[in-house]
Amino acid sequence: MKQPIIMIDGNEATASVAHRLSEVIAIYPITPSSGMGEFSDEWSAKGKKNLWGTTPLVIEMQSEGGAAGTVHGALQTGALTTTFTASQGLLLMIPNMYKIAGELTSTVFHVAARAIASHALSIYGDHQDVMAVRQTGWALLSSGSVQEAQDFAAIAQAATLKARVPFMHFFDGFRTSHEVTKIFQLTDEELRLMVDDDLVRAHRARGLTPENPTLRGTAQNPDVYFQMREASNNYYTATPAIVQEMMDKFAKVTGRHYNLFDYSGHPEAERVIVIMGSGGEVVEETVAYLAAKGEKVGVLRVRLYRPFSIEHFIKGLPQSVKSIAVLDRTKEPGANGEPMYLDIVNALMEGKRADIKVIGGRYGLSSKEFTPAMTKAVLDELSKPEPKNHFTLGINDDVSHTSLTVDTSFSLESEGMVSCVFFGLGSDGTVGANKNSIKIIGEETDNYAQGYFYYDSKKSGTVTMSHLRFGPKSIRAPYLIEANQANFVACHQYSFLERVDMLKYAKEGGIFLLNSLYGPDEVWDHLPQEVQKDIIAKKLKFHVINGYDVAEKTGMGGRMNTIMQTAFFAISGILPRDAAIAEIKHAIEKSYGKRGEAVVKQNFDAVDATVANLHEVKVPAKVTSKTTRRLPVPNEAPEFVRDVLGQIIDSDGDNIPVSAFPIDGTFPTGTTQWEKRNLALEIPVWNEDICIQCGKCVMVCPHAVIRHKVYDEKLLAGAPETFKHTASKFKEFSTGFAYTLQVAPEDCTGCTLCVEVCPVKDKTAVGRKAINMEPQPALREAEAKNWDFFMNIPDMDRKLFNPATIKNSQLLRPLFEFSGACAGCGETPYVKLVSQLFGDRAVIANATGCSSIYGGNLPTTPWAKNADGRGPAWSNSLFEDNAEFGLGMRLTIDKQKEYAVELLKSFESTVSTELVEAILNANQEDEAGIGAQRERVTELKNKLGKSSDSRAKDLISLADNLVKKSVWIIGGDGWAYDIGYGGLDHVLASGRNVNILVLDTEVYSNTGGQASKATPRAAVAKFAMSGKGLPKKDLGLIAMSYGYVYVARVAMGANDQQTLKALLEAEAYDGPSLVIAYSPCIAHGYDMSKSLEQTKLAVQSGHWPMYRYDPRLAEQGQNPLVIESKEPTIPVSQYAYNETRYKMLTQMDEDRAEMLMKEAQHDAKARWTLYQQMASMHYGNGNDNEEKKS
Amino acid sequence: MTDLSTTYLGLNLKNPLVASASPLSKKLDKARKLEEAGISAIVMYSLFEEQILHETLELDHYLTRGTESFAEALTYLPDGGMYAVSPEKYLTQLTAMKKALSIPVIGSLNGVSKGGWTSYAKKIQDAGADALELNLYYLVADPNLKSEDVEAAQADLVAEVRAAISIPLAVKISPFVTALPNFAKRLVDAGANGLVLFNRFYQPDFDLDELDIVHNLDLSTSSDLRLPLRWISILYGKVNADFALTSGVHSGKDVIKSMMAGAKVAMTASNLLHRGEQAVGPILSELEEWMKEREYESIRQMQGSMSQKNVREPAAFERANYMKVLSSWRELP
Repeated sequence: MKQPIIMIDGNEATASVAHRLSEVIAIYPITPSSGMGEFSDEWSAKGKKNLWGTTPLVIEMQSEGGAAGTVHGALQTGALTTTFTASQGLLLMIPNMYKIAGELTSTVFHVAARAIASHALSIYGDHQDVMAVRQTGWALLSSGSVQEAQDFAAIAQAATLKARVPFMHFFDGFRTSHEVTKIFQLTDEELRLMVDDDLVRAHRARGLTPENPTLRGTAQNPDVYFQMREASNNYYTATPAIVQEMMDKFAKVTGRHYNLFDYSGHPEAERVIVIMGSGGEVVEETVAYLAAKGEKVGVLRVRLYRPFSIEHFIKGLPQSVKSIAVLDRTKEPGANGEPMYLDIVNALMEGKRADIKVIGGRYGLSSKEFTPAMTKAVLDELSKPEPKNHFTLGINDDVSHTSLTVDTSFSLESEGMVSCVFFGLGSDGTVGANKNSIKIIGEETDNYAQGYFYYDSKKSGTVTMSHLRFGPKSIRAPYLIEANQANFVACHQYSFLERVDMLKYAKEGGIFLLNSLYGPDEVWDHLPQEVQKDIIAKKLKFHVINGYDVAEKTGMGGRMNTIMQTAFFAISGILPRDAAIAEIKHAIEKSYGKRGEAVVKQNFDAVDATVANLHEVKVPAKVTSKTTRRLPVPNEAPEFVRDVLGQIIDSDGDNIPVSAFPIDGTFPTGTTQWEKRNLALEIPVWNEDICIQCGKCVMVCPHAVIRHKVYDEKLLAGAPETFKHTASKFKEFSTGFAYTLQVAPEDCTGCTLCVEVCPVKDKTAVGRKAINMEPQPALREAEAKNWDFFMNIPDMDRKLFNPATIKNSQLLRPLFEFSGACAGCGETPYVKLVSQLFGDRAVIANATGCSSIYGGNLPTTPWAKNADGRGPAWSNSLFEDNAEFGLGMRLTIDKQKEYAVELLKSFESTVSTELVEAILNANQEDEAGIGAQRERVTELKNKLGKSSDSRAKDLISLADNLVKKSVWIIGGDGWAYDIGYGGLDHVLASGRNVNILVLDTEVYSNTGGQASKATPRAAVAKFAMSGKGLPKKDLGLIAMSYGYVYVARVAMGANDQQTLKALLEAEAYDGPSLVIAYSPCIAHGYDMSKSLEQTKLAVQSGHWPMYRYDPRLAEQGQNPLVIESKEPTIPVSQYAYNETRYKMLTQMDEDRAEMLMKEAQHDAKARWTLYQQMASMHYGNGNDNEEKKS
Repeated sequence: MTDLSTTYLGLNLKNPLVASASPLSKKLDKARKLEEAGISAIVMYSLFEEQILHETLELDHYLTRGTESFAEALTYLPDGGMYAVSPEKYLTQLTAMKKALSIPVIGSLNGVSKGGWTSYAKKIQDAGADALELNLYYLVADPNLKSEDVEAAQADLVAEVRAAISIPLAVKISPFVTALPNFAKRLVDAGANGLVLFNRFYQPDFDLDELDIVHNLDLSTSSDLRLPLRWISILYGKVNADFALTSGVHSGKDVIKSMMAGAKVAMTASNLLHRGEQAVGPILSELEEWMKEREYESIRQMQGSMSQKNVREPAAFERANYMKVLSSWRELP
């Protein structure tokens, strides 16, 4: 049977089997497994059939816990059911996993294994999640490559049906889930041969049915529970042999043979590594190389980790083995060793091979690289008389000295293998083009090919790296291309030259392709010294293309993808040039054909224009440049920022030793200010003559890069020459005060929202405003100096003005600045406003999601401090528990304040009755009151400072809680509407004084746009490919039903004053507050610079009514609900069809789009009518109406 | 019995009232209702090449933007569907209209690229259109562009489309031409079988509160009839084409005037957009009753009867006409 050969990644390969072998699929997005769910949803939406000719039912749940429960139910009623997950998601499934196993239920979960959040969250791959379920009674089957991921998905399904033990099939997150490589595709016929229909029917027959009623899920007592726990033992005993049987069957069907433990290496090996997952590929290749040189080394790859078959393990080892190193991709603090190491120690003991010496070590946590050099280091260690046990690989552990020394010059790049590294900007299409390129090479030539893609930690505007390998031999290299190994290095963005060391990857005699603003005759002198040195020393062939120019002329805008891809093929000579161009065009048609002829033509034009613009540079013999690469952070940055965070920014975090890091995940705040990303091509320039000083631009800036200050005009002494200022128009600060609006030129992202919101129009040319975008390069240096001067002007004392107006509120210093959120982000203006209003006394609980990523992803954090050193204290616990997490913070503050008050009263005689009374009775309703209380607390501490009384020391440690604190619970709609809703509801119900800010983007933004219950009807999202058929959940209405929760629905773009008022009221309300904020997001699919206008339309159409519900009004006999938007004046469609998420449905299925839009219109009207009725209800003391009648 | 039939572009029509290009033709049921109400032919809404290009590139842009930048969110929108951003959607609708209706269906095309005009014209023909209306909707804003060059280019375009298709071809033109009769003649010489007078341009307005430009389309009124009425009257008999009058046709009398000026058909859209198919009956009844009352036997009889060449004072359509209007205004009490 001919097996199709395809280029595919691990997620798609796995999902393709899982989808064909399932009837019900319950999913929830979590990186890096989301792709499997997305593919399944897409295939089912298109009606793709499973092996039995029916389309699997795919449902998105509210959490992984929900998905597991649904899977459990579907299994209990006899459906072939699966799910996909990772990391925290798998942990949430544990309770159901115990149940499913306890009930001996056939199923397979597919897991893209990922790190667990401990001291920090990480989305990258390791086996911590897998190891956390090894005790649940599931079979654990490990695949180590994309081919294996596909194959094991089938083997697992075949085995579980026979064994009845549930299976978890796992592979390494990102490394396998996201690697694109060439594999043999399993055909339907092959799958048919693997799956026994009788076993499927037997599974179905075990399902609960009233036709033949049975009962499961009993409660049991000491008399029988234990016995029943033992009753299924034989099934576990039988499972390994069943898996081997299915592996043997699979070999007959496909020719690919696997074993429970696969040994390879020297037949008389003395030193053997035991490993699981993709690392096995590395070890296998390294061992083959060393064994060929006569070294007696080998590797035993663990496939079936649970049930662990000692018998098969022992049989798998050559008799000659003297020592074993077990490599665990996990960490179990406090254990005597990592789990697999302990398993092997035990297996050798029970298997009567205790003569073999065993050591264990950790490697590859959070996708840390694992290389042939590291493998060799382990094997070398085994040769030592006293090898190090419990070692680590790939890090420099200078604290507990666990790490093995690795000779990084050892490498296995094989003969004929071509390695290429490409540096691109997220938005320029580099990765997409390289995915296309590697597909072309893999599918259109005889070469084996592999593509792996590396992304930065920021949401946008960052460097991507594509690692492509191809060659005549099979590629088993699940690690990045190493230094000095790349035959081809391409830089797709000229600006990278000044900050990224790209040529360290280049091999001697390799090729360097640069997307250059300068032609072949001029470019040399514009290169930094380091680049010139490398080109000369490594004898690189140097090519340039002005891709920017080609892109501009062919309408490609900022997209370099097709151009640089063509240049790559033209220079590298992998295919004859004409054939390459034909293939690129074929790929373009395949990728973009469905989007229309114009897109295809535009890309074709770019291909055709590229070759003529490609030039080889004659490389001079000498370094001539006077410039050098920029430092990652300036030298004046604090030591930790310079030495640790700077090294991370410089892409060299791998080489930072353990001792440099905090031991508990605690980091300093205010660090984004040192990371000058210099992203904007244009920045806003202030026209002080027509500015009305309204502060709207400052308010709306998502990145806090435009700020205004009012200050004593005497402070202008020493101002830089170009520093702009004018007389203050603030009524509180008029005579003698100057005003400046200043932009941070190297932090601005160029999103233009500030210009869009500016209400001023120049009377002589209405297109000009009081701020206008102008090219950044000419302004950069002078404005950077102006910014420094501006920042040194003291902030206006917050006690001196009321922040209730926009312009005043924006005098408060943002304590959330320069985040790595997308340019024009609709969430960050709210977050920034909270930081301004309450940041100096705020504790923040932040749900996992976009806001935790731009808020807390290394290297730097936008949460900052004011001049007094105060600022928001921030933490992220999990995705699902954020409301509870924040409540806990509130409880501490309340309890400690209570205790402080108790202590304070007992010190009345020591510190004076007057001070104690003043502290206890302080009015902290405004900034002046809070400021005065701070002074009192300082006085209190001073008075108690010299006391040796333990209670006085306690009071000093607690006294800060006597100053009003503000607890903010922040997260997105995925958290608030879905996974965290139960907790959120309980926290609202608790009545405690917490402030909940929901940044409602109406979609799971951080994981790539999956539908949430906040997604509106008629919008397309992942998991709602054919348009969401049901309306958006009304979270505000639910919260209002308590009657004692402050609720506001706000939209800054439509009414900034209402947003400000709502946040101030929410915080002032002594009880739970919920503010739901309309947050434009790039997942909506429109120009983010128009988000203010679009937000207005959302409000005008009734899609997003604005209101405040203040329980205090009800107490005063007034209706608590105040609707602050007008009756809808435009149809919902007028708002909706500006956004691709709605519009694309009209292009995919016009009739459904029309039907859903009609219903969405009805939703808006019904919601408006309901709110109107609620807002017009009569409130009063008792039944007023009745009283009036009498 | 009064004969309301006419011919237009070689098509035999049961009466001269044609639905001009409007969104009404986007819905089959609406088109069916128009046919039932008595409309004699339907011009499809325009296939705008520029719009297709824009929608295609826009969709591509927003499906691509932000992708492959951040490891957790490699894309932001699902991209699984086949998108109706190509002319296919239009062509499918055209074919469906042809299938559903027994009256003629005329395709309408507004291109931007040379290749676009001819290839889309062919596709419209292949989809089954009975005729094609080219919509020369083009506003010249460049002071360096000469009228003669613009006119020559448009005539060339008509010739190219003519060469590419075999179905009848009408051209919808704008009134903003210095020497309209000459331009009309050039288009006919280039192969146009009919001329549709006139295209209505969206006229921007200023919002003085926001200091902004506002765009809205005012539906036509009967007074808009005057402009095409004059020009058809002038062109009738001088330029060998079938004329269609569009803009301002709201009543049976408006249709009669159109016919008398020399039009073969009168096209209406605003009225239909405003009142739906119910607008059709009263217009046709008024037309028929008027004809009966005045003992007209057929539409053909009146076509061109008040054109410039058939009136006693041909100059009335030219400068004298202008003078007369002014003096009539002065004479008002």
